[in-house]
Amino acid sequence: MQQSHKSKDQPETSDGVYHHNDAENLPPHSHHDSETLKEIDVEAYWRANIKVLTVLLSAWAFVSLGCGVLFSDWLDQFSIGGFPLGFWFTQQGTMLCFVAIIFIYHIWMKKIERAHGVDDDDAEHKVDTGAPS
Amino acid sequence: MSAQTLSFIFVGLSFALYIGIAIWSRVGSTKEFYVAGGGIHPVVNGMATAADWMSAASFLSVAGILAFTGRDGAVYLVGWTGGYVLLALLLAPYLRKFGRFTVPEFIGDRYYSKLARVVAVVCLIFISFTYIAGQMRGVGIVFSRFLEVEIETGVVIGMAIVFCYAVLGGMKGITYTQVAQYCVLIFAFMVPAIFMSIMWTDNPIPQLGLGDKLNDGSGLTVLQKLDQVTTELGFNTYTVGTRSTIDSLAIAAALMIGTAGLPHVIVRFFTVPKVSDARKSAGYALVFICIMYTTIPAVAAFSRLNLTESVNEVAYSEAPAWIEKWENTGLIAWKDKNDDGIMQYRPGHAFSPAKPIFTEARGSHGERVISNELTDSANEIYVDRDIMVMANPEIAQLPNWVIALVAAGAVAAALSTAAGLLLVISSSVAHDLMKRTFMPDISDKKELLFARLAAVVAILIAGWFGINPPAFVAQVVAFAFGMAAASLFPPIVMGIFSKRINRSGAVAGMLIGLFSTLAYIIYFNFIAPELNNPEHWFLGISPTGIGTIGAALNVAVAVVISRFTEAPPQEVQNMVDDIRIPAGAGVAHEH
Repeated sequence: MQQSHKSKDQPETSDGVYHHNDAENLPPHSHHDSETLKEIDVEAYWRANIKVLTVLLSAWAFVSLGCGVLFSDWLDQFSIGGFPLGFWFTQQGTMLCFVAIIFIYHIWMKKIERAHGVDDDDAEHKVDTGAPS
Repeated sequence: MSAQTLSFIFVGLSFALYIGIAIWSRVGSTKEFYVAGGGIHPVVNGMATAADWMSAASFLSVAGILAFTGRDGAVYLVGWTGGYVLLALLLAPYLRKFGRFTVPEFIGDRYYSKLARVVAVVCLIFISFTYIAGQMRGVGIVFSRFLEVEIETGVVIGMAIVFCYAVLGGMKGITYTQVAQYCVLIFAFMVPAIFMSIMWTDNPIPQLGLGDKLNDGSGLTVLQKLDQVTTELGFNTYTVGTRSTIDSLAIAAALMIGTAGLPHVIVRFFTVPKVSDARKSAGYALVFICIMYTTIPAVAAFSRLNLTESVNEVAYSEAPAWIEKWENTGLIAWKDKNDDGIMQYRPGHAFSPAKPIFTEARGSHGERVISNELTDSANEIYVDRDIMVMANPEIAQLPNWVIALVAAGAVAAALSTAAGLLLVISSSVAHDLMKRTFMPDISDKKELLFARLAAVVAILIAGWFGINPPAFVAQVVAFAFGMAAASLFPPIVMGIFSKRINRSGAVAGMLIGLFSTLAYIIYFNFIAPELNNPEHWFLGISPTGIGTIGAALNVAVAVVISRFTEAPPQEVQNMVDDIRIPAGAGVAHEH
């Protein structure tokens, strides 16, 4: 899929290594190809993205370093399905949480991207049916 | 049919399948070779990523480590899966939008520097080769035990197979082969796990069986029984950890960051069609990985019980057949210290050095005689951790076809990872070094030829490592994570989330991160191994966890140097803006 970013027509840097405009493996972005996005929308989108990342990475650190290591021993006083809770987290629980975090991220970002008009949905799916594309 | 005949059939059939796929998906363009044309469905890509990621070490060793270390070993599970969260949230979508083929390409373009790109290539090649050595060795071990051929022959067969589909098929061939390999390896891992879970608890789901009550009417749960058995014999209690908190934190962080920085994993996200697919694909990859990784603790627990029960206080003359078979490969040894003809399994090394040195003679009970010095420990048994998964079906007396299946699964795990690593090495050499650095004018066809040549050379070097392994393969694999964490991960993340980090900062950060980590690991493993204990470690952090400090140093150096030097050029800052949004046309910039 060859695509050129005509909106950005800059010269290359002095040592001739930067040529992003002719990247060979650019993803197709269908319905946005002819538009140029407004800086203000993009900034709002980026702030929303950072917020998502902050929340989810905190959850990630809490689960992996917190439940998995720091207060794992303390959690052992509770039990789940025959396991001491802290031990369960180290053996299975953290992994299930990781999977959940990634899918929450995917769904949450899709929503934010559609709201800010920076999504990469196919043109024919532009009418949002609520289904993940 | 014997286990050996069945192993030949199973491994042979799986090889025929892989080669068939390779022929069907031969590639003609560099884009197909490097990233499979960028058109792989996210679920397919997730499955291929899982096979790529789960190596011979995951398949053979992790359950063994967990079985022998209990809770302490679990930090590997957390570390190796947690890395996918970082990958999905911080790297995959942005690198997909960037629209190139390789990791060094991103670093070279973002930091507008050939030097940065070459440094990244060096890191990548070092990381990938350390990894491949372990894979080829894994193939050799499986062949030598199950097919009873020389380890060298086994490695050569493995090399030939990888050659077929990595060199001809490129990423396209590899992706579809890896899907087949995932199916083989997950089936091979789950079947014995399910059998063992039913044996001990009547529960067919190993993940739940681990928490269940034993079916022997004792009323104990599996974990209570394990704690009881391990404590009685004087081992560390199975569900209680012994490692220091700071070291556990450092190791978990180093493995997570290292996982996210592994080039052969990152490059998989260049093969999906869209930015949002990259996120989804990371999620699917983790699902497929977790199917196996949540089973590992169950396998570890059941095999520890099985092992203790079938070895401890059992007369050697009545020992099950698998003990003799593994003794013949040198991975199990017994020394009758108290002359009672009965095997005692206790904590501590039975002899020193810990690995047995066999003489040609046989002892009075028919055991192989060792020439090691004996220790004071009451332990009489040496069991190599790496045999647990392969020995499980025999220990649990499962049918022969399960044994054959495990052999095919282990080979699939080793080959899929080796192929993925070979591909990133060959694409880095052909694309980053040749096309982008030294010979910018070469044609697509010529570049493809270079890529294939590089793959051939890489296979030969990998095979050499497999036949003449450095004695420290396990340690070397740990290096790969530390190095990926300390060198590649920080500049990529900073390159996406900061527009201020510049060329000088990134290059200095990478070099300092890489070499500080490398120096620490080499010092404690090779120069002064006698000092390799918590009293001498920096802040009590073991060489396995030092990548965390390396990564922190990398970031600190890059930030400080960038602050005092010139900001990156405007067009690089625009590029950063561009990769931050999934949509196509980019931002309108005011100039």
